[in-house]
Order: sequence, then structure tokens, then C-alpha cells
Amino acid sequence: MTALTAILIRDMRIAVRVGGGALIGVLFFLVVVTLIPFAVGPNLPLLKQIGPAILWLAALLASLLALDRLFAADHEDGSLDLILTGRAPLEFVVATKGLAHWLTTGLPLVIAAPLIGLLLNLDAPAEITLVLTLLVGTPALTFIGLIGAAIAVTLRRGGLLLAVIVLPLTVPVLIFGVAAANTVGPVPFGTPFTILCALTLASLVVGPFAAAAALRQEME
Amino acid sequence: MRLSAVDLACHRGGRDVFAGLSFAVASGEVLTVTGRNGAGKSSLLRTIVGLVRLAQGKLSLEGGDPELTIAEQAHYLGHQDALKPSLTVAENLRFWAGFLGTQAADIHPALTAVGLDELADLPAAYLSAGQRRRLSIARLVAVKRPIWLLDEPTSTLDASAQDRLAGLMRTHLTDGGLILAATHGTIGLESARELRLGRMDS
Repeated sequence: MTALTAILIRDMRIAVRVGGGALIGVLFFLVVVTLIPFAVGPNLPLLKQIGPAILWLAALLASLLALDRLFAADHEDGSLDLILTGRAPLEFVVATKGLAHWLTTGLPLVIAAPLIGLLLNLDAPAEITLVLTLLVGTPALTFIGLIGAAIAVTLRRGGLLLAVIVLPLTVPVLIFGVAAANTVGPVPFGTPFTILCALTLASLVVGPFAAAAALRQEME
Repeated sequence: MRLSAVDLACHRGGRDVFAGLSFAVASGEVLTVTGRNGAGKSSLLRTIVGLVRLAQGKLSLEGGDPELTIAEQAHYLGHQDALKPSLTVAENLRFWAGFLGTQAADIHPALTAVGLDELADLPAAYLSAGQRRRLSIARLVAVKRPIWLLDEPTSTLDASAQDRLAGLMRTHLTDGGLILAATHGTIGLESARELRLGRMDS
């Protein structure tokens, strides 16, 4: 357990220090969402209708931003060699790194979402469902992203490959996340939200195993 | 404790790095691995910890903990220092002590042993190459493991730091540890035996 706690504390510290990815993610999220009303124009009903989709897309892109450094930084400075040969099972280490990444980049997005939702003319019920879907859905984005981060670990410009690998895999999460967040549309909240929960639970299990397998393969 | 290798072979990138390599190191012994660039010194150490797949041969450890793999009873000090520039000296060492060790260890004796105790709160980004190396060596002191696998341990170290490292290695040997060190020069231990790797040309 000490090994996993050590990883969690270290990764969270690095993320909030200078050069870490925590602030960049939230700022990117805020900037992208702020740009939308300027592009769409002051059409309040339209903004209200597309708001949840915009926020979800921005959250998806923002959570990918710092992900390419997740394993690549450890690979470049030699830490990954020691992590791979360590006593802690690699799957748990990968999951812990994913948790640290979500706590520093995913959770701030969830917290910032209601504030920025005001810009898109979201009312209180819409804000609440949006925050709920993001809270449940962003861990899935991070843990699916782990797989891409592990595959791209040895590549110098891994970020581009990461986006190409990960974005298609996140389509189901995006569909059900936006469907649940959309209070205007014909679909009720419960059904897509339950499927979103299921997708997150599945990615929490599959992500670390797939990422650990990819890391072992890459380091050969 | 005795680490023995029989008829090891290593292939990397479709090339034989070394083959038919046998050696044994027992508690209290040092084996230096020498050879020209590309002879496979680093590959040998990485093979022992399992970072490179063993193509052929057998590695065995007698007298160790049967529950653990060789890598889990060994410290591997590679070319890279495995340090995070944004964390302080103490935070870097505390992380490795926590990750490699089984319980929270006091890191200050280890920092003193490598002469970095006064820089404990400095971010590692400000360290010189030699100081980074010493911080990396500190984790070998902070967490006790019987096997030390050192890849060019003295590179970037100045004369006094090399003496200090030699002192740490002597203590480790006296405590029943064993050391395999890849090196081009000497590592400052008189008792060292040498394993010379020749380049295999087919």
C-alpha cells in the first residue's frame, strides 16, 4: 500500500507544481467554452440547447491535454524502469496514476463546469444534471486515456497519436454523457445516465489492465 | 546469498548482444562488468532485473526471499536518475523510499550519507549532474536490498563523492550484500572481480 500511496502523492504534487498539467486543463476548458458564445452569437435558446454538448466536448479535450505526459515523463527520466520492476502490481500502479490524474485534471473540470455553464445560458436543473454526468463520466475519459498514454509512451510526439487513439474510444462515453446531460431533448435522464455509469465502471477495470499490458510490451 | 547466471544470452534489435555468459556473485563480493561500448554491460544489468527479456540461460538466486523475484530484492541504478525536477530533494527520495520500501523510512540518514542533507528542500531541477547522481544513490541507502546493480555508478561523480560511494559499497558488502557494477574505470574497491564482455562478431 505504501507504494501506491507514494505514487498518488507524488503525481498529485507534480501536477500542481510549475509545469504540471492541473491548471492547464481547467484553463483550456474555460477558454474553449468561453469562445463558443462568441462564435455562435447571442442566440440564447440555441446556446441552451447545445450547451451540455459543448461542455462535454471541451471536458473531453481538456482531459486529454496532460495525458500524454503521464507515462512518457516517467519513461524519459528512468522512473518507469523502477516502477515496472517494483513490487506493486503494475495494474494497480497504473490505476493509481489514473486516479491522481483525474483528481488533478478531471475533478477541477467538474467543479468549474457550473460556473462556465452560466455563459451558455444553462438553468439550475441543467447545471445539476451536467455536473452529475461530468462527475460520473470524466473518470471514464481518464481511464480510457490511460491506454493511449501507455501505447504512446516511447514516442516523442506521443500527444498527437494519443488523441487519434483515444478520441474514437471515447465516443460511447460522449454519446451517453451528452444524452444524460441534455434536459431539453426527448431522452429521459435515467437510461443514458445508467449506461454512462456502466461505461465508467467498465473503463475503470479495462483501462489499467490494457495500459499495463501496453507498457510491458513497449518496454521490451 | 548467491546470484548465479548460467549460459545467458541476450538479443536486442535482431542482434546478439552477448551469449554463453556465466558468472556467480556471492554475499560480500563485487563483480565489475567491463567491456567496450555496446558490449552489453547495461543490457546484462537490465536482463537481471527483467527489463530485457532473457533469450537463453538461467538466472538464479540462492539464499534470497523465495517469495520475491530477483528484481524485487535488487536496487537498479540505471543511467537515468529517476528524479522529478519539480519535486524537492527530500520529496524525491521520500517517494522512492515509499515506493521501493515496505514501510515509511526516515530519509535523513540516507541524505546525510550522500552529503545532500543541506539541500533537502531544494527542487531537484537546481541540482548538478553529480548531485542528481548522489540523490539517486541515496535511495539505495534509504531502502535496504541485498543486491545492488549499478550502471556506471561513478560517472559524473567527483573524487570525494566517489570515495563516499566506495564507502557505502563497503558497508553494503560488510552487511552481506552483493554488487554488480558496469563500469569503464574502477569503482574504488580493491576486492572487485572483473567480468569482461567481448563484442560478439559473427
